[in-house]
Amino acid sequence: MLPSLVPLLPTENDWITFDIPSLAENFWSATFDGLTFGAIYALVALGYTLVYGVLNLINFAHSEVFIVGCYAVFFTLSSLGFGPSVPRLDIWAIILNLLLALVLAMVASAVTAFLLERIAYKPLRQRNAPRLVFLITAIGASFTIQYLIYLWRGPSPELALTMFRPTPIFDVFGTIIDSQQLVIIIAAVIMMVGTDRFISKSRTGRGIRAVAQDPDTATLMGVNKERIIITTFVIGGLLAGAAALFYVMKIPSGVQYSGGFVLGIKAFAAAVLGGIGNVRGALLGGLLLGLIGNYGQILLGNSQWTDVVAFVVLVLVLLLRPEGILGTSLGRSKA
Amino acid sequence: MYRKKVLTSLAAAATFSMLLSACANQAGPGTTESSGSSSKVNVPAISKVDVPAGAVKPAGDGKATCPATTTLAYAGAQTGPNAQLGVNIFNGIQLAIDQHNKANPGCQVQFKKFDTEGDPNKATGPVTQLVSEPDILGVVGLPFSGESKATGNIFEQKGLVHITPSATNPGLTGNGWTTFFRGLGNDAVQGPAAAKFLTGKLGAKKVYLVQDDSDYGIGLATSTSAGLGSALAGTEKVTTGQKDFSAVISKIMNAKADAVFYSGYYAEGAPFDQQLVGKGFTGTFVAPDGVKDDQFIKQAGDASNNAYFTCPCLPGELIPEFASAYKDVSKGAEPGTYSIEGYDAATVLLSGIDAGKQNRADLLAWVKAYDKDGLSKHYKWDAKGELQAPTVYGYKVENGKIVPVGPIGE
Repeated sequence: MLPSLVPLLPTENDWITFDIPSLAENFWSATFDGLTFGAIYALVALGYTLVYGVLNLINFAHSEVFIVGCYAVFFTLSSLGFGPSVPRLDIWAIILNLLLALVLAMVASAVTAFLLERIAYKPLRQRNAPRLVFLITAIGASFTIQYLIYLWRGPSPELALTMFRPTPIFDVFGTIIDSQQLVIIIAAVIMMVGTDRFISKSRTGRGIRAVAQDPDTATLMGVNKERIIITTFVIGGLLAGAAALFYVMKIPSGVQYSGGFVLGIKAFAAAVLGGIGNVRGALLGGLLLGLIGNYGQILLGNSQWTDVVAFVVLVLVLLLRPEGILGTSLGRSKA
Repeated sequence: MYRKKVLTSLAAAATFSMLLSACANQAGPGTTESSGSSSKVNVPAISKVDVPAGAVKPAGDGKATCPATTTLAYAGAQTGPNAQLGVNIFNGIQLAIDQHNKANPGCQVQFKKFDTEGDPNKATGPVTQLVSEPDILGVVGLPFSGESKATGNIFEQKGLVHITPSATNPGLTGNGWTTFFRGLGNDAVQGPAAAKFLTGKLGAKKVYLVQDDSDYGIGLATSTSAGLGSALAGTEKVTTGQKDFSAVISKIMNAKADAVFYSGYYAEGAPFDQQLVGKGFTGTFVAPDGVKDDQFIKQAGDASNNAYFTCPCLPGELIPEFASAYKDVSKGAEPGTYSIEGYDAATVLLSGIDAGKQNRADLLAWVKAYDKDGLSKHYKWDAKGELQAPTVYGYKVENGKIVPVGPIGE
């Protein structure tokens, strides 16, 4: 062997090794962290799944709807005096500030989603453009928003925001669950369940399912299709805005122009994993993807593995069940 | 039609606030940060550093004579993204030459600066120009490892001695160059020193080592982990640009590590430390010169209070005679990282000129045989051009500033 090639050979540490003791030791903390991420993925995944259900369109710009929400959180909280350090405020002031940030982020994301639909997709729909054109437009819109933010804020991430100091709440099998994880998981689950009930029970939800099942018949039956489409985008935006607050809570330095991209891909993957077009599928897919990625990264001993493991599992699941785990479409999902 | 949605959001918001208040009750004073945990070892800041009694000063004996064309040069960044480091260095050189020329009316050494922008691709032009000027007898530079690697051969071909005040890549002295001298400890020295600092002064029993994916981070982590021995509780890798460190942090917490050594740069080090402290880590955070920057404090906020740094650089601001003289040259700025290393390197060359070594070959031989104290440390190089007894300093964050805590690794 040429001596100059020797450094290129992988050393023992470079090979894939399975660190099972480490997984056993970190199992519960990986589980809770994975569920926290999974809850965030699931909230974003709902936006993909709802739009897909209604329009059969993969709205790739949804990740930018999400990142706009992150910026809304950043600007709201930093103008209220939040920064990298733990805020010196009493708990009620913090709650009020966070609620304000939550509302503004939801509004910002919903407005972005609304404008996206009006500017990018509606003109295409009126001209009966083929589905491929929608897809390209979605990717184009994603890049446009991303680089508008880049031009405005530059390439570096914004200063970190610490919202509150996570405090231990209770102990499960020796692993401490802190307030941050609990807030994110519970709030996200409530929103997901609320969305599910809204789709299955409310009048508008019935309209959404009707359009998803058969747009033409739904129109004949008196459903206002345009209004349903707008509503769908706005709901996706609201959920993405809420996800943005939880995301910044979890990853304080995550506000960056490109920060939505990978998260968007993972949320989309979560939607596909659970069965795209299916609301409960998105929830299940999000939580599973969060868990699998976290387990994988600890098992393989390197955070670079998170995405690899998550997507390998996605491919395997799709090989066995091409429709996703729950597999049914939005139109047929009854509750 | 939005009513249900609104209700859902309200329900979510209500739960959210209930949870937060629940934590508040548990937390007690948790929302008001009490900086620094009492269980932590506190290494006091030092307010002065000892200057070797016989340190060589640029002024010399005041009787030196040399031709009026005698010139020393600085090659390195004057502009570009890392210009500040270059400014720190050439102000140190300028100070040494000013002091020398003031004391020695018979020997007025000229000073020329060549700008490389710190960029390996741009450095070869100015360096080629520099070596072709016969009046230049010695050079201080180049500051960065990349540009030093790119230009070492050019100096070698013309037999021009150069002392780098700041390039720390260990590989630089393995190129067989005879004209390259390193005026500080390299990363193979910093790692073991950091390990000793952790297990010694900081009293760490279980150190978790986290490295990034840069050559600098990997190299330094390797030399540090060797020094840590049984105190090494585990190692973990992060990626350039990584933002979420929760998996790494839960491993650190489960390993019950009392110190973390982060081998990388501040761009990832700052959010990492911030999230680490946010998760309740009460131990110390130690990082090398790549993290020792005011940006670290700015980005990590209060979390940075647990941070210590290692750096093969001396705090020039603590030598009063140096600091006050430096301010005259720098228009009021304090000496920065590597200012004193630049000053000392220039002094080595100036003392050679004063001793009559007034051509390139003689000056090179002078540096090779040099064995005297400088203001910052003892200067004596081995055959490869590494210092034989380099010093590594510890620093810490105190009241939002980086302050030195004295030499480490001895």
